[in-house]
Amino acid sequence: MNFAMIIYVLGWLLIFDGIFMTVPLMTAFVCREDAAAAFLLTMAVCLLPGMLIVSKKPRDKTLYARDGYVIVALSWIVMSLFGALPFVISGVLPSYADALFETVSGFTTTGATVIKDVEALPRSIIMWRSFTHWVGGMGVLVFLMAFIPLSGGQNMHIMKAESTGPSVNKLMPGVKTTALVLYTLYFLLTLVEFVMLLFGGMSVFEAVNTAFSTAGTGGFGFRNDSFASFSPYCQYVVAAFMLMFSISFSSYHFIIKRRFKAAFTLEVKVFLAVVIGVTAMITLNVRDMFPTLEECFRNVLFTVSSVISTTGFVTADFDLWPSFSKVLLVTIMFIGACAGSTGGGMKVSRIIIMVKGIGKELRQMVHPRQIRRITMDGTQVSHEVVRAVNVYMVSFVLVFVISLLLIVLLDETGLVTGFTAVAATINNIGPGLEAVGPTCNFAFFSMPSKLVLIFDMIAGRLELFPMLVLIHPATWKK
Amino acid sequence: MNIIIVGCGKVGETLARQLDEEGNRVTVIDKSPRRVSALADASDVMGIVGNGAVYDVLREAGISNTHLLIAVTNSDELNILCCLVAAKSGSCRTIARVRNPEYNDEAAFFHERLGLAMTINPEFTAANEIARILRFPSAMKIDSFAKGRAELLKFKMPEKCPLEGMAVKDVVGRLHCDVLVCIVERGQEALIPNGDFRFEPRDIVSIVASPRNAAEFFRKINYRLNSVKSVMVVGGGRIGYYVSSLLSRSNIKVKLVEKDAERAKELDSKLPDVSVINADAVDHAALLEEGLADMDGFVSLTNIDEENILLSMYAKEVSRAKVVTKVNRLDFDSVISRLDLDSIIYPKNLTSDVIVRYVRAMKNTIGSNMETLYNVIKGKIEAAEFLITEKSPVVGKPLMELKFREHTLVAAITRGKKVIIPRGQDVIEPGDSVVIVTDLKAISDIKDILVK
Repeated sequence: MNFAMIIYVLGWLLIFDGIFMTVPLMTAFVCREDAAAAFLLTMAVCLLPGMLIVSKKPRDKTLYARDGYVIVALSWIVMSLFGALPFVISGVLPSYADALFETVSGFTTTGATVIKDVEALPRSIIMWRSFTHWVGGMGVLVFLMAFIPLSGGQNMHIMKAESTGPSVNKLMPGVKTTALVLYTLYFLLTLVEFVMLLFGGMSVFEAVNTAFSTAGTGGFGFRNDSFASFSPYCQYVVAAFMLMFSISFSSYHFIIKRRFKAAFTLEVKVFLAVVIGVTAMITLNVRDMFPTLEECFRNVLFTVSSVISTTGFVTADFDLWPSFSKVLLVTIMFIGACAGSTGGGMKVSRIIIMVKGIGKELRQMVHPRQIRRITMDGTQVSHEVVRAVNVYMVSFVLVFVISLLLIVLLDETGLVTGFTAVAATINNIGPGLEAVGPTCNFAFFSMPSKLVLIFDMIAGRLELFPMLVLIHPATWKK
Repeated sequence: MNIIIVGCGKVGETLARQLDEEGNRVTVIDKSPRRVSALADASDVMGIVGNGAVYDVLREAGISNTHLLIAVTNSDELNILCCLVAAKSGSCRTIARVRNPEYNDEAAFFHERLGLAMTINPEFTAANEIARILRFPSAMKIDSFAKGRAELLKFKMPEKCPLEGMAVKDVVGRLHCDVLVCIVERGQEALIPNGDFRFEPRDIVSIVASPRNAAEFFRKINYRLNSVKSVMVVGGGRIGYYVSSLLSRSNIKVKLVEKDAERAKELDSKLPDVSVINADAVDHAALLEEGLADMDGFVSLTNIDEENILLSMYAKEVSRAKVVTKVNRLDFDSVISRLDLDSIIYPKNLTSDVIVRYVRAMKNTIGSNMETLYNVIKGKIEAAEFLITEKSPVVGKPLMELKFREHTLVAAITRGKKVIIPRGQDVIEPGDSVVIVTDLKAISDIKDILVK
């Protein structure tokens, strides 16, 4: 393990963490809030050690696959540890564990909160919460790689470990260029949403926060009723953008390049089909609960988009909906967004590969000598990818069950609350059902339970393996 | 620069890494997903799985804004096809590896009629290198220009050399020998001397000359060339064939040892001046019987690296021959270099070196007419070969009337098949190819060497 190099990258991470503080800091200055001091202090705490570490470049710059995993896992932990400071220093969340929960929830774009009265928060703190979504959505290290001087093949391991989906490919030669292209697309889409929300009558502050939060598919709101009190226009816009941010960014890249076949992959088609199907089914199921069909459709579409994109904005309390709808919603919580997007969950492509795998095995049982391969969009899915998907699935179930056991053991929460709390954090959604439902929050969990959920959020965002590699003893043996 | 490499074998891999490190944006194409992903993970290149001669695959690799396509798959025909398809679907230059000797004489046709920028034959390149090492064993470094018709040779001044104290401008007159002194290295310095420069002992001198004049020059300055007169070549593969034919053309006696009887007969009919011996080289008695002990040169070119290394070590033991060893695998070069074998040839490295050199020149000169660029003395002095067009400001005047910038030298002019070592009264004509030696950085056009 190349510790010098790991520390070096973490040093850069701290510097960027410090630079990120400028966004809430500006807000604090504009709104003349006392929280400015908290952000300034955090900035100093991040920048000083960061500069110190970065000033000396390690001689041996080789990074192997495991260094990549460790760097990514540690980065997310370190980033959250420092990112939590403003909450504590400003006095918004006196308990560091709460602050950490809130920050991790932000960076991992979960959107689960421990704050009861969001409207009472200083605006700069609200801005910081939303901004963590935006930063965490695309991945901080991907961002870092566009700027820091890491050479050549070294950074592919990092990109692989941080990006979402079963197989990660470069869009262009050079990780740097790829990272730059992704962030440009990300920035432009966010900008378009911001402008469209301004037209819907939102204030600049509201529009920026909503755009950040949607772009990262996060879900932190700034009103206590999340999104219910906004105009139908704004709700439609946000629903559309939640879906757009759950589609792989390479699709947009290909659309710009006019390669439409490459853009509309099987994954995108299945994703859209699921959204349409589930929306239709739930709309029929809850038709009686709303005065007009439009209102019913709008609320269902918004909820489905919010849940499948793993954002977590809320316009209607779906905890009150019939069981059929609730089960459908929990199902799409697990399916999640497309690979290579900012959304969480298991990812549509993994589900497709697993379902195709079942089909393949069944056929093999009927015709034992038949040769069959799993293909997607005309290309063969390699055996390694299929294996990784299966291992992912097993690890997911394991982490899920262990977390659930710990939660119900530590806090007697009841099955549905416990189950959906873990589901909502590991899939980076935010709200679950019952005690963690759309109108509630995560404040009542005990500190140990919160730590379990924090682990789940980071593990879920990084798609398990980096965190599992980090705690696997083999990683730390010579 | 955007570069596509088709074929991720050893050469493709070496090229991809090196070109990537030099700051190019490289995309690799190969049919094997495993090789593509291994390479794409290990270095900063984009990988695409597919057949590089298929338009769709090339389009996916971004052929439309690619500057150069290099085809180095196992198949000559596929390589050429890749280049043709690429040239038609984009505006890129193309390089193909073509190794079948039957195509070797077609290089000019490929270049002029099919529009390939360069074809490279790794075995022929290696053979050329081996032949040069054996012809000038004690020269320190040799580069060749104008497709081998002019050479840049570097040597250290011998003891009691007539050059000592002589001014550069007097060299031709006093020695009656058509060479051009390009660079003199003295201590840490590297200079491009003017006419009044005087040589000192222990200078390291680089000259440009045709191969024949170079040999004469070395004789006149009492420089022992140790040029070999008899060489034993073991292994009658493609390199063996090329080496034997090159050496026998420069009047060196060659004995070519080939294990396979059929191949030996074939070689014998193709190489009338070479004595082909059908024997297994592992058989020491056979080698000794054929006079290994009295050979000046020994080249081991079998297909097995280990055998080559052992044969060369044996040859060093029983003879005083200059030994050249071919090694295919690149992985153990650090170990092999410690074995005290005179010269090691890595054909794969040579291939990628030639291509990288072309890329460097191209990169320096996008939109100009530079043909090749050599780093003669690393980071200090470069030699560049230019094609001269009619509009060029250097055309039509004797060189002495042109105002060159300091430390710049016209080292050779190639006109058709003739090489001119230029003097003040020589005139550059359109269509000539001119070699410039300079310590100026970033020259991209011939006019850059004139005083503005």
